[in-house]
Amino acid sequence: MSADPAHLVDPGDPLSPLPGHSSRGRLERVLRSGKFAVTAELNPPDSADPRDAYDRALVLSEVCDAINATDASGANTHMSSVGICSLLTRVGYAVVMQISCRDRNRIAIQGDVLGAAAMGVANILCLTGDGVQAGDQPGAKPVFDLDSISLLETIRIMRDERRFLSGRKITVPPQVFIGAAANPFVPPLDYRPQHLGKKVAAGAQFIQTQYCFDMALLRQFMARVRDLGLDRRCFILVGVGPLASAKGARWMRAHVPGIHIPDAVIARLDGAENQKREGRNLCIELIQEIREIDGIAGVHVMAYRQEELVSDIITASGILGNRQRRPRPPAVKESSNA
Amino acid sequence: MYAVRLWSVRHARALELAYRGLERVLVAVHPWISRIGYARLERPVAAVEKSLKGLFFDCRMCGACALSSTGMSCSMNCPKSLRNGPCGGVRENGHCEVKPEMVCVWVEAWAGARRMEGGMKILAVQPPVDHRLKDSSSWLRVAREKSGEGAKP
Repeated sequence: MSADPAHLVDPGDPLSPLPGHSSRGRLERVLRSGKFAVTAELNPPDSADPRDAYDRALVLSEVCDAINATDASGANTHMSSVGICSLLTRVGYAVVMQISCRDRNRIAIQGDVLGAAAMGVANILCLTGDGVQAGDQPGAKPVFDLDSISLLETIRIMRDERRFLSGRKITVPPQVFIGAAANPFVPPLDYRPQHLGKKVAAGAQFIQTQYCFDMALLRQFMARVRDLGLDRRCFILVGVGPLASAKGARWMRAHVPGIHIPDAVIARLDGAENQKREGRNLCIELIQEIREIDGIAGVHVMAYRQEELVSDIITASGILGNRQRRPRPPAVKESSNA
Repeated sequence: MYAVRLWSVRHARALELAYRGLERVLVAVHPWISRIGYARLERPVAAVEKSLKGLFFDCRMCGACALSSTGMSCSMNCPKSLRNGPCGGVRENGHCEVKPEMVCVWVEAWAGARRMEGGMKILAVQPPVDHRLKDSSSWLRVAREKSGEGAKP
């Protein structure tokens, strides 16, 4: 990268501002234009080598509208979401920076939001975070000074009211598109749609859900979401991912918090000759079914350390339509919306 | 005590009425409290509050009580101290991700809220807790605020 001052001042290749848009990022444009959006999760490296992040991002960048940088997901330390976003925005990738409430208090988080926006991060996903017991350092102190909803409100206040929680003024507010997670698949099931409504009221503009393996539950959830009119007040991207085997699915169900996998899904994998292939096909089918549900704006594809497989699944599902194969960054300035 | 805490959620409607009564009493005695001095009453009232709410709700004395908005299930018993609803880690049996032996505090809260008249206050967004209030009396704070005097930090 050259030390071109313009590049240093405006990282992240921001698009020109549009009225009614919160951010200058690609994801918000794709969603507002009514296209079916695709986001994908980057697995952060356990290394200090930027190439490890770039290699993985390159695979995903061709098939998605924004790349999620996770924040110590599963309560395991990896390269930070701030660090990954800093690397990716400087070569023009669209990122969703995840912020978990588990590890930092309100003072640190508000600072990170400003820093992220300055680096060209256009999207921030507000998460509670898995408990420290889920990770490899269960003796760590859980912070949880904010929760996902007070975090949403905090960022909305910073952006729209141009102030910190303390009331102190922010001269240039963070122009970010604010997101939240939802898990329609765990109890209390009848409260989940209203919980989504609470997140929207707090400031959520887009939603990325937990892994969906149960279409019946998703349809039930979405019916209620539509009744409440929430699908018109936020963009809902449903989380999907391939299961590697029946054994792996059982392990995930037992050990990863918040993952619901119906027995029928595991039985289908069990009965398959090539379980990995079956997991891939199942994921593609899910994406295609999800696309047909009213009120869903996109999918969020996740797979632990399998970026190539994610790319293959997205391409094979056909959801990108004529948006397939975007040119590889470091790119020239984006010329179109998507 | 855990069993009593669960009892309280099952009787959220009755406790809601009791709380409404308590609030009226607190506002009524505000002039007396003022005369004696809020600061002088802080420790004894907090001690009474701690033992009563400790028994009924496993109260953690956050000083920013929101029981009426959380179905009479104290959200400070959530291992993530979530103030605005359940996380996405709730187990299929409705138990807590962090403490598998405990029912999720927010699963309880939703059950309690549905029993209450004003239970849908659960949908109101709660601000982050002011940690300076820890161990102070919520009752005195309510007496002061509802009587039109400003909150102390």
